[in-house]
Amino acid sequence: MSSAAKRALIEPIVDDNPVTLHVLGICSALAVTTSLLPSLYMCLALTFVAAFANAAVSTIRHVLPSSIRIIVQMTIIASLVIVVDQSLEAFAFETSRELSVFVGLIITNCIVLGRTESFASKNPVGVSFLDGIGNGLGYSLILILVASTRELLGAGTLLGYTIFATVAEGGSFNPNGLMLLPPSAFFVIGLIIWAVRSWKPEQVEKPEFQIHEVHRTEAL
Amino acid sequence: MPDAQRKADTVHGTLAVALVVSLACSSLVASAAVMLKPRQIANAVLDVRRNILEVAGLMDPSREVDELYERIEARVIDFDTGSYVEDVDPEAFDPLEAAKDPERSVLVPSDIDRARVGRRAKLGLVYLLRSEGEVTRIILPVSGYGLWSTMYGFLALEPDGNTIIDLTFYAHGETPGLGDFVSKPDWRERWRGKRAFDSDGNLRIEIVKGRVADEDPLAEHRVDGVSGATLTGNGVSNLLRYWLGDHGYGPYLRRVRRGDDA
Repeated sequence: MSSAAKRALIEPIVDDNPVTLHVLGICSALAVTTSLLPSLYMCLALTFVAAFANAAVSTIRHVLPSSIRIIVQMTIIASLVIVVDQSLEAFAFETSRELSVFVGLIITNCIVLGRTESFASKNPVGVSFLDGIGNGLGYSLILILVASTRELLGAGTLLGYTIFATVAEGGSFNPNGLMLLPPSAFFVIGLIIWAVRSWKPEQVEKPEFQIHEVHRTEAL
Repeated sequence: MPDAQRKADTVHGTLAVALVVSLACSSLVASAAVMLKPRQIANAVLDVRRNILEVAGLMDPSREVDELYERIEARVIDFDTGSYVEDVDPEAFDPLEAAKDPERSVLVPSDIDRARVGRRAKLGLVYLLRSEGEVTRIILPVSGYGLWSTMYGFLALEPDGNTIIDLTFYAHGETPGLGDFVSKPDWRERWRGKRAFDSDGNLRIEIVKGRVADEDPLAEHRVDGVSGATLTGNGVSNLLRYWLGDHGYGPYLRRVRRGDDA
């Protein structure tokens, strides 16, 4: 694998992560992460769409008129999302009920359009495909972390299997109900971003302005 | 700018690309939809059965749905008289399909159609659960409009035709996170033991705003609402009022209460 291909695949996982660095795709990260299983399906769905949308846009990049560039990309993404949505309904019916509108909302997920527009429309097919998979994996990593935390602390289970027996079931674990509500996803994502940026300080954004230190004499 | 790009930017090029992309995408979507349809229909049928089992209290995830479903007895009823119809096979009868056929359905009078049922089939399905020959639960399919969508569900009643055991909706398009509580377990809990009719036979069941006060004289007919989902709740009240009323299962339930085995 060439170094460019490797970079396209590996970099979005931590160093150029779409969720923690670019803070994209937060909507679905909030909505579907109450438990791990729907999150895994969501990750698969998004990775599939991102990879194939990238490949498709890259294939037609030389003949794509700039005036209808975005709408063509959206059409491709929307078609792929419908295929994924229909397949989930056929092969994972219960999960598709749980994910309800959020699979459809992949169409508007900024990660997918962001990658087709900024990467796939300028790069060859192979490396664009890998870039889609890489970004899908980066999104998946965060989604899985958030969903595991929320399901474990909110219900004491992982993938539905009991890890900590809750008080209601006669165990000693007192589940944190907040973890099942959307705001907790914000907290968990915030903590993950904090952790990643402490580990890799180069990801910290430059402050847009600095508070000017006022000397006492000046203020008077 | 490469040659190809310059060519693509002309009006003809733009139209050609738009046409080709649209054709490719639509055939992709259409073939996926057609190929997956049989599986989706099979899933939907299985899901309806699972929901019937759920309100029948028979659901056991470790066993096959079709095997458990054998305990459910489906019967066809005539809405007008409330009696059972023997010459229609309940397996082959689809009330939703029949409701679309003007020959086999009636228009719901607009003054009682607050649940926007529209047309109702002349015949209906009920599901009975028996224990040692005696009916222990009556399960009625119900439907009506919530905030955004028609909701389809099942209502389970005690054999007295009045006390509610369970109510769940298996298909709806209500707001995720708000109105979709109609398919959640803790919503179903709220209905247990509530009574649809008062002692004079008047239909009383309704969802209130907020919590039902303990001292409320009508507490046994009132169910806690969900804040942020008032209109979905109103839809549920409306559809229960319709389906349990005289134009719905009312005549059938009267026969059940009298103890006529129809």
